[in-house]
Amino acid sequence: MSAHAADAVIPHTVEPHPVTGIPNGKFGIWLFLASEVMLFGALFSSYVLIRTQAPHWPPEGGLSSEILNVPLATVNTAVLITSSITMVLAWASCKMGRIDRFRFWMGATVALAFVFLVIKYFEYTHKFHDGHFPSTNNFYAVYFTLTGLHGLHVIGGIVVNTFLLTAGTRLWKTDRDHFTNRVENAGLYWHFVDLVWIFLFPSLYLL
Amino acid sequence: MSASKTHGHAAHGGHDAGHGHHELPFWRKYVFSVDHKIIGLQYAVTALVFLFFGFTLMMLLRWQLAYPGQPLPVIGKLLGESAMPGGVMAPEFYNQLGAMHGTIMVFMGIVPLAVGGFGNYVVPLQIGAPDMAFPRINMASYWAFLPGGILMIASFFLPGGAAQSGWTNYPPLSEVTQTPGQTVWLFAMVLLITSSLLGSINFIVTIVQLRAKGLTFFRLPFFVHAQFVTSFLLLLAFPPLEAAAVMQIMDRLANTSFFLPAGLVVSGEQWHAAGGGSPLLWQHLFWFLAHPEVYVLILPAMGIVAEVIANNTRKPLWGYRLLVYSAIFLGFMSFVVWAHHMFMTGMGTTMSTFFQTTTMIISIPSVVILTCFIMSLYGGAIRYTVPMLFATAFLPMFAIGGLTGLPLGLTASDIYLHDTFYVIAHFHYVVAPGTIFALFAGIYYWYPKVTGKQMNQALGKVHFWLSFIFINGVFMPMFFQGMAGLSRRLYDPTIYAHGRAIQGLNVLISWSAWGLALAQLPFIWNFFASLRHVKVAENPWQSTTLEWAAPSPPPHGNFVTPPVVYRDPYQYSEPGRSTDFHPQFAREA
Amino acid sequence: MDETKYGYWFPPDVSTHGVQIDQLIDIVHWFMLILFVGWGIFFVYCLIKYRARPGHAATYLPPKAQFTKVIEVSVIVIEVLLLFWFSTPVWFAYKNHPPPEKDALVIKLVAEQFAWDFHYAGKDGKFGRTSEASMSGDNPVGMDPDDPDGKDDIVTINQLHFPVNKPVIVQISSKDVIHSFNIPVLRVKQDAVPGTRIPIWFQATKPGHFELACAQLCGLGHYRMRADVLIDTPEEYAKWAAENAPPPAEPPTSAAPENQQGAPQK
Repeated sequence: MSAHAADAVIPHTVEPHPVTGIPNGKFGIWLFLASEVMLFGALFSSYVLIRTQAPHWPPEGGLSSEILNVPLATVNTAVLITSSITMVLAWASCKMGRIDRFRFWMGATVALAFVFLVIKYFEYTHKFHDGHFPSTNNFYAVYFTLTGLHGLHVIGGIVVNTFLLTAGTRLWKTDRDHFTNRVENAGLYWHFVDLVWIFLFPSLYLL
Repeated sequence: MSASKTHGHAAHGGHDAGHGHHELPFWRKYVFSVDHKIIGLQYAVTALVFLFFGFTLMMLLRWQLAYPGQPLPVIGKLLGESAMPGGVMAPEFYNQLGAMHGTIMVFMGIVPLAVGGFGNYVVPLQIGAPDMAFPRINMASYWAFLPGGILMIASFFLPGGAAQSGWTNYPPLSEVTQTPGQTVWLFAMVLLITSSLLGSINFIVTIVQLRAKGLTFFRLPFFVHAQFVTSFLLLLAFPPLEAAAVMQIMDRLANTSFFLPAGLVVSGEQWHAAGGGSPLLWQHLFWFLAHPEVYVLILPAMGIVAEVIANNTRKPLWGYRLLVYSAIFLGFMSFVVWAHHMFMTGMGTTMSTFFQTTTMIISIPSVVILTCFIMSLYGGAIRYTVPMLFATAFLPMFAIGGLTGLPLGLTASDIYLHDTFYVIAHFHYVVAPGTIFALFAGIYYWYPKVTGKQMNQALGKVHFWLSFIFINGVFMPMFFQGMAGLSRRLYDPTIYAHGRAIQGLNVLISWSAWGLALAQLPFIWNFFASLRHVKVAENPWQSTTLEWAAPSPPPHGNFVTPPVVYRDPYQYSEPGRSTDFHPQFAREA
Repeated sequence: MDETKYGYWFPPDVSTHGVQIDQLIDIVHWFMLILFVGWGIFFVYCLIKYRARPGHAATYLPPKAQFTKVIEVSVIVIEVLLLFWFSTPVWFAYKNHPPPEKDALVIKLVAEQFAWDFHYAGKDGKFGRTSEASMSGDNPVGMDPDDPDGKDDIVTINQLHFPVNKPVIVQISSKDVIHSFNIPVLRVKQDAVPGTRIPIWFQATKPGHFELACAQLCGLGHYRMRADVLIDTPEEYAKWAAENAPPPAEPPTSAAPENQQGAPQK
């Protein structure tokens, strides 16, 4: 099953449960995503509260789309959506038994994630250079905190996906289905990270 | 009896010959173990240590309340000049003791013991599983908890001491208090929350996916149902507090103003922050977690009480399905009552009516559950074993705690009682002679399962009676302090006339608290000394639930062949049988 | 201050609305007591009657308990009554029917670590402009020195004076952290949340000297954030207001040529 010889054999690690129809890992990742919905939901709710209580928004005038870099963020949106597609293709490659294709598509997913982070790096440093920090006012506080936490989740996804690309591939040799399930679960997480961005982009940059 | 016994060693996690494992090195077997039983014990022992530490903080605090401004003999000088100058407690140290007592007891004591300890150890056994669904995530959750706890305690040693803005940590106070201890509190909370989230995912998947053959949902012991609902509360309620902690970290470290309005003047100086935030936003996010959190504190305890009552009345629980549905309804309702903690913040009539109504509604399932437990005594043959003493005492104690929530949940009466000692008495009755007594019941009850030995019953009875008397001596007078109008969190209650008039109660309470501490000594002695006893029979309580099918202690993997379940969990005193208990896992009819 | 008034139950109630709050607390506690004693009697009965002893076995089948349904329904009915017959009307009346400002004595309150700063409008009935930017040790409420309306305003620290039998409206705010305006004998409590201004009203029925106690942890001085509450007879209040009014402002000296001989000096 796994590298740890001392693990007890846990049922439904790979074969789905007869009633729920899913293996343990998939159930677990969905539960984790439920908690993440509550996390980002709380942040979005806080944004709504802060924004509606403010006399004007952005507090120092202008429009969100003028303060923040909409073209760069649009590119980032395309980057993340594409990375979700490559993630699905990575999983599909596993299902088709093609580990070489898996490596290509997963590699593309990780690369695109890095592109996202690099673009965010440029966005952030540009703001700092202009003297705009989270402390400048609540518009920036919300922007940096929400996109920052999202960025941390992107980094988390990179770590997981890179593991699956490297050390994790050992599992392919002993238990293909188990490995494929792991890729699927990582994919579900990655789609969620993408989905959060799809909410962040319009609500921070456009509205 | 059961085909699932092996010839495993009696040592903790002794290895199972059936799987052909290599022997693990000590640190993989007992430190970074993935076995739910070892992890459960790690949680339980760590949590008990933190519980006693949190209790010690309160005992120190009670000196100042009983004898305001008096130097504390011997110990006072040992605590240093900044905390206790000349042996007299400083007000900021008093506030640290208060804030950390609450934080440690709730997040590092009760929940890790009730869920991480009892849940981890017992749930897989009670459902016939070899371990939790994700053993390595289980290990990770303990190793997030321990550093979080250590970080919390270490904050006492930072300049300015530990957090001192209440366990509720309301800004702006928590943000204008510039000590590093306040920041560390937030980071430690992130670790503790992470631990809970990982654990809750594990519990839900385990309970749904890993039940033994024949173990349908309505054949589960109520303990498992209670842990199941608790896990959903942890999973969904904690993230908003994590979000709030992140925002408060940003306010403290990046000078944002999520919770700070503009124009603050602190100690005569303009406070330099952009403003535009709201202190009430923190309160909403905090209480969105903290209300479900109190049901996290009580549900596992109700689960333990159910097991002990069924076992010691020798008859099935009364209203089993009612109990299950009530627990689920309670869990659901717990998400929509949170603002009853905020009635005095300037809330309008619409919002307060909503929350008063939901608060009244949520009292119903609690009343149902208590009634089912009391009805379970009727027609029984009650054995007053030590676990049963604690479980029985739980019932009136929880009744007092729960009932006294009513005047607090009604806004008009809350005007007078809010932030008084009445509140402290209310919630302590539920958690202390409520939950903690249930946890003691669980320790005495499952000790033979974990160790194969029995705790000394005579010492247990001494522990029970002394604890019962002293704990009521601590908390009952607090209701009267609240009725007299005495506010909570006061370093010196004798500043006010209404405090001076009843200062005698503070002396009574403090001496009861110190007596309560002494009453724990027989327990601590018993806990360790009993390990040297002779081994007892398997299933010494003659229980019907699945955990007693495995050897005591169970080997790695718990059951050699997965057990099968044939009947409901509490088949005691079935007519026409030679024994008064019919285990779930016994093949014969 | 008369300390003998305080003891092991409610302090005296000297407010017009407090009697309903006390009544509600009493009724709820009777309800709680009835439930607890009822449960308790049955509980103790079972503990004794159904204890294990030789010759006594447990009954497997559950008792058919109609009365538990009766209890549940009664509890629900009584809670609905408590909520909608007692608590909600009291709360609504208090929140939704404050006295009109023209009939009341309006006092502004700025709470701070660790004092209560009261600001009275003075004889002209108009409050001087205040701002956080002007707040300092000498100017705790941040009065604008150039605003003529503020010239006759009274500012007190930790002293709340008002006359008996007249509605009082306190507009509560805080300059630093959350505090809570709490006068037990008037049965009032209201958080002072920075960034907000929350009005609260009460009317005293008896004169006397009482205390205001902060009811929200606000730092190391929270315990000593105490103010004297002096409920005066109308005469006492008038005397206090007159004695504490700031001295009248100097008449302005004119630079017009016809006054070259010098305006009279004060």
